Amino acid sequence: MSVRIQEQDFDVSAEMAAMRAGNPAIGAIASFVGVVRDVNDGDSVSTMTLEHYPGMTEKSIATLIDEAAGRWQVLDALVIHRVGTLKPTDQIVLVMVASAHRGDAFAACEFIMDYLKTQAPFWKKEMTPQGGRWVDARVSDDAAAERWKR
Amino acid sequence: MITLLYFARLREALGTGREELALPAGVVNLGELRAHLALRGDAWAKEMAAGRNLRAAVNQDIATADTAVRDGDEIAFFPPVTGG
Repeated sequence: MSVRIQEQDFDVSAEMAAMRAGNPAIGAIASFVGVVRDVNDGDSVSTMTLEHYPGMTEKSIATLIDEAAGRWQVLDALVIHRVGTLKPTDQIVLVMVASAHRGDAFAACEFIMDYLKTQAPFWKKEMTPQGGRWVDARVSDDAAAERWKR
Repeated sequence: MITLLYFARLREALGTGREELALPAGVVNLGELRAHLALRGDAWAKEMAAGRNLRAAVNQDIATADTAVRDGDEIAFFPPVTGG
């Protein structure tokens, strides 16, 4: 299980190869990659800058991974989240989960991503033709996380 | 002393991201600390007002208005998160 907050880009293929290497119990790896779009709320976006709370961010994501591992079979999990200034088409976040079977891998991956959006302390500021603006939290993200409650 | 951290839009509005403060007399929880900070007026009064949608953490755990604050704590205030 691993959490990395970094400015530099990541290589999904290399991370996936590293995850399955040496663990023959892994039968499925599900991954999600978030990407910067060039438009948000009707305005064009030229760059997006991500701020985070060092320490708490890593801790909160590690807690989400632990929760996922308590609900599904998780053989390994990796979250990489970039910070700093990114541009459209750049990768922002990677969530990768390994399990014996696809059902657990898909579910745990989606669970971690949904909760990361509403729990992990990151904030986006986007640059539009009207200037810089902080992105507002979305009700749809709260709803996505809410549906995992039991 | 307590360490106060402010992030994102809140950091910009208050003009600071970090300060050290003697725990004010009579302040025992997060809600009281927030009310105390609002007494500074101007941007502080506006941003720390009870109606503002702010989140907070005490020692890097999500906290609520009745979470206790003690000398030596790291306390952060921030807007709802927007990562991913």
